[in-house]
Amino acid sequence: MNKVFWVLLIVLGLAAPWLTYPVFAMKLLCFALFACAFNLLLGYVGLLSFGHAAFFGGAAYITGHVITAWGFGPLPGILTGTLFAMMLGAIFGALAIRRQGIYFAMITLALAQIIFFLALKLPFTGGENGLQGIPRGTLLGVFDLNEPITMYYFVFAVFMVGFLIIYRTIHSPFGQILTAIRENEPRARSLGYNVERFKLIAFTLSATLAGTAGATKAVIFQFASLTDVHWQMSGEVVLMTLLGGMGTLFGPIAGAAAVITLQDELASFGSWVQVAIGGIFVVCVLLFRRGFVGELARLVKAKSS
Amino acid sequence: MTDAILQARGLSKTFAGFSAVSNIDLDVERGSIHALIGPNGAGKTTVFNLLTRFITPSAGSIVYDGTDITRAKPTDIANRGMVRSFQISAIFPHLSVLDNVRVALQRHLGLSYHFWRSNKVLDSTNERAMALLKEVGLAEFAGTTAVELAYGRKRALEIATTLALDPKLMLLDEPTQGMSAEDVGKVTALIRQVAADRTILMVEHNLKVVSTLADKITVLNRGEILAEGPYAQVSKDPAVMEAYMGSAEVAHG
Repeated sequence: MNKVFWVLLIVLGLAAPWLTYPVFAMKLLCFALFACAFNLLLGYVGLLSFGHAAFFGGAAYITGHVITAWGFGPLPGILTGTLFAMMLGAIFGALAIRRQGIYFAMITLALAQIIFFLALKLPFTGGENGLQGIPRGTLLGVFDLNEPITMYYFVFAVFMVGFLIIYRTIHSPFGQILTAIRENEPRARSLGYNVERFKLIAFTLSATLAGTAGATKAVIFQFASLTDVHWQMSGEVVLMTLLGGMGTLFGPIAGAAAVITLQDELASFGSWVQVAIGGIFVVCVLLFRRGFVGELARLVKAKSS
Repeated sequence: MTDAILQARGLSKTFAGFSAVSNIDLDVERGSIHALIGPNGAGKTTVFNLLTRFITPSAGSIVYDGTDITRAKPTDIANRGMVRSFQISAIFPHLSVLDNVRVALQRHLGLSYHFWRSNKVLDSTNERAMALLKEVGLAEFAGTTAVELAYGRKRALEIATTLALDPKLMLLDEPTQGMSAEDVGKVTALIRQVAADRTILMVEHNLKVVSTLADKITVLNRGEILAEGPYAQVSKDPAVMEAYMGSAEVAHG
């Protein structure tokens, strides 16, 4: 079944600018990557972080700053933001991974709130207004990213690279041990695996790719704002992952697509969007707990056996 | 002089004023099957957790294979060849039976942090994994999800996974607990088979298992050693009979 999803992903990804308007498609890809990165941690290690907005938004601010103030190009800008998220992830991870469950979630939330506060108060962030007017620039001095179609394919490439890194990580010797840790942590420990180090690496990877998503978002929309680092953003990514199906490869993409589409379609109803999404979330959790893709995978499996 | 692979001296553990284990001396001889028995609450599992460093002793020392491991981490001692099982079944429930064993086998490959490599590199362990499954009689279940195995087979899988690390010293925490008589027989035979070229220390409640299996038995009661020696000797000890055998005879008929 995964083959079908791969084909679907690539075909839809390539055709998207003609099926919908590019900015929407780009936004979708950013959040899909964000959710996939988050799912690496929740679905494959079993750690629920409630602070991933710090990596997403933090990277967005850093990328915005180095592009605007230091004249970085879009690609070095995104890489700088990603690197920042990686370092931040290593620090947050080192502080949080020794705790489990609700305590882990609370520590990540508290640390993310520090980043929110810094984004509000630091001189270069623009306070309440955020960073505005980040130029998209030209990619490698050749491709003008102000051209929506060019920008779109750049974003699609970034997404695919990020997604392939996640795919590889899950299907690697490292991923095998991550699954073992999720399944039975004391046993993994007794087999001689340094559980903390595995978790820290997974956390850092997840944070890094969440950063890539945020950095790319800053270039697309040409701004970084407090919304990006707000705890609601951390909540949204949990929602996307659960809706699509945590612990499935393609689930978070479907979840992100669902949430972004709803937000877009219902935008004219103002804050009623939240009510609608909340309602859908409740229904989904009650009816199909494994998420869209998780339930689909189960149906296919039940049919074939 | 005896050749002890594991040596504990004056081992004590106090939990908030309550002395769970006090002043235990233990010598596990290389190549033997050593059993730790005692009534409920005697401190067997605590001793086990102390020896495998899952909890830290309040006093005393532990020497494993010539190295002091009193302050070592559980992961470190596992890497030195001392591997434990758990009272509750220690399997990875949603992995296949084969993958359960592969998780243990891949440790020797040294690739476990390589998140950029395909897990196809792990296929080199398949042959050894299948051999281990065959050894414990699980070869035909290789593709089954571990959680779907019957209880006795789960324990067998756990032993296969432990064997995959080729441990010098295996610690089994109540390997026959909660098993049907038939399964007990199978697991006992399996333990005897794998003990051929390694040392085993086991916590056990079932006296029948211990009587035929263990070379040496240490009887614990209220956190202290009550008696030690071969079954024939220990079972005739009046103190043991009073503390343990009486109740055990009721429990095990």
